[in-house]
Amino acid sequence: MAERAHGAVETGIVTVTVRVSRFHPETDRSSGQQDYLVPAGPGMTVLDALVYIKEHLDGSLAYRSSCRMGICGSCGMFISGLPRLACQTQIRALGPVVTVEPLPNYPVVRDVVPDLEPMVTHHTAVRPFIVRGGEEQEYPTAEYLQTPVELDAYLQFAYCIKCGICLSACPTLATDPAFAGPQALAQVYRYSADSRDDGRRARLGAVDIAHGIWRCHLAGACTEACPKGVDPALAIQLLKRLIVADVLGIGRRRGPAPVAPPDMQAQRRPDIPAAPPATVPGGSGAQKNQP
Amino acid sequence: MAEAARRVQSGPPKRIGVRGWVYAGRYGLDRYLYILQRASGLGLILYLFLHIYETGIRLRGEAAWSATMALFRTPVFVVFEFILFAGFVFHALNGLRLIFAELGWLLGPPTRPVYPYRTSIRRHRPWVYALMVLTGLFVALAAWDIFVLLD
Ligand code: SF4
Ligand code: FES
Repeated sequence: MAERAHGAVETGIVTVTVRVSRFHPETDRSSGQQDYLVPAGPGMTVLDALVYIKEHLDGSLAYRSSCRMGICGSCGMFISGLPRLACQTQIRALGPVVTVEPLPNYPVVRDVVPDLEPMVTHHTAVRPFIVRGGEEQEYPTAEYLQTPVELDAYLQFAYCIKCGICLSACPTLATDPAFAGPQALAQVYRYSADSRDDGRRARLGAVDIAHGIWRCHLAGACTEACPKGVDPALAIQLLKRLIVADVLGIGRRRGPAPVAPPDMQAQRRPDIPAAPPATVPGGSGAQKNQP
Repeated sequence: MAEAARRVQSGPPKRIGVRGWVYAGRYGLDRYLYILQRASGLGLILYLFLHIYETGIRLRGEAAWSATMALFRTPVFVVFEFILFAGFVFHALNGLRLIFAELGWLLGPPTRPVYPYRTSIRRHRPWVYALMVLTGLFVALAAWDIFVLLD
């Protein structure tokens, strides 16, 4: 993005017009806009500007944020034409007028706060956890074994912070509310590609449907917009490959990763300090960690 | 949260609607190709119906057919034919690229998200450029054939 290449050292204070979309569910029919003049110092983010507005100019402004460091995924907004995290967007890189709107493709709760329910619904529907049949799922005895190569097959997609920005960027979702969306589909791949998982069949069946994965035509907008480098578009294409291979009965299919073998009763070397006491007394970890 | 409470809280859905796919705004090249692919696809389907109707005219006898053929040699229809061919070439080549990409080829493997992120869309870009060069080549050839050679 050209905006990031903005290399000059910023100094002093410039005044930025922040054009914020306003909507109050009890009094407004549709959203309007309001301009605020914000003095922007070096390094100021759009979220900082909203905090400034709320503190000094207009206490009635509503926005959502929490970590202000790009990890909680609360502050997704449609900022100057692209969906982004407000806390990770430098306001001075966007020019003298910055528009802030709620994320598209979601209902608006108030002002720039979207209701992320559509994403959460799809996310929870795809069983976003490791599924193992039998006893091991409910009463785990030990960890599963996984090689670094097997880890890299899904790790990138595990960095998703559920900010919902990719759903705002998706052109398919703009017209088809039933489409599962990039976030949920990427998570289908994330768990199905995990060598420890055994729930792939059910998960793939759930997205290999009319409003499922095949509505994606690779517009690439989700990947472009994702603030965490998760690359949902790549996950979705790899998932398509997985489904095609499954249907055709080709491709390697290994069973889920084995459970680690029982403790070999090895002796602790004297130069290695003893592990701290187990947090769960009597748990499997406790037996292993005891010197 | 209770269902009733939620309904009071949320405003009208801000679904972008059709504008979401016909207008790519500040997004990248692939998003524009997505629009072109759909537009050319719809255009080709529309043409298919016109084509069936047009060949059906032959049933109405020699004279009607000759008149129609003469009509197709007028400049408006020649330009139309050229646009049709350009749409066909783009749709076919871009469709091939999409088939490969959607089967997970030409995108590269998953990588660790270390900033600055290198996305699959970026890794795939050379193929998009190759597609555009190839499309341009075919369309230029067609232009030469239709506008220069034919008369
Ligand atoms: S894939 Fe990226 S944009 Fe989508 S919800 Fe996860 S972190 Fe946000
Ligand atoms: S406030 Fe947590 S991601 Fe922006």
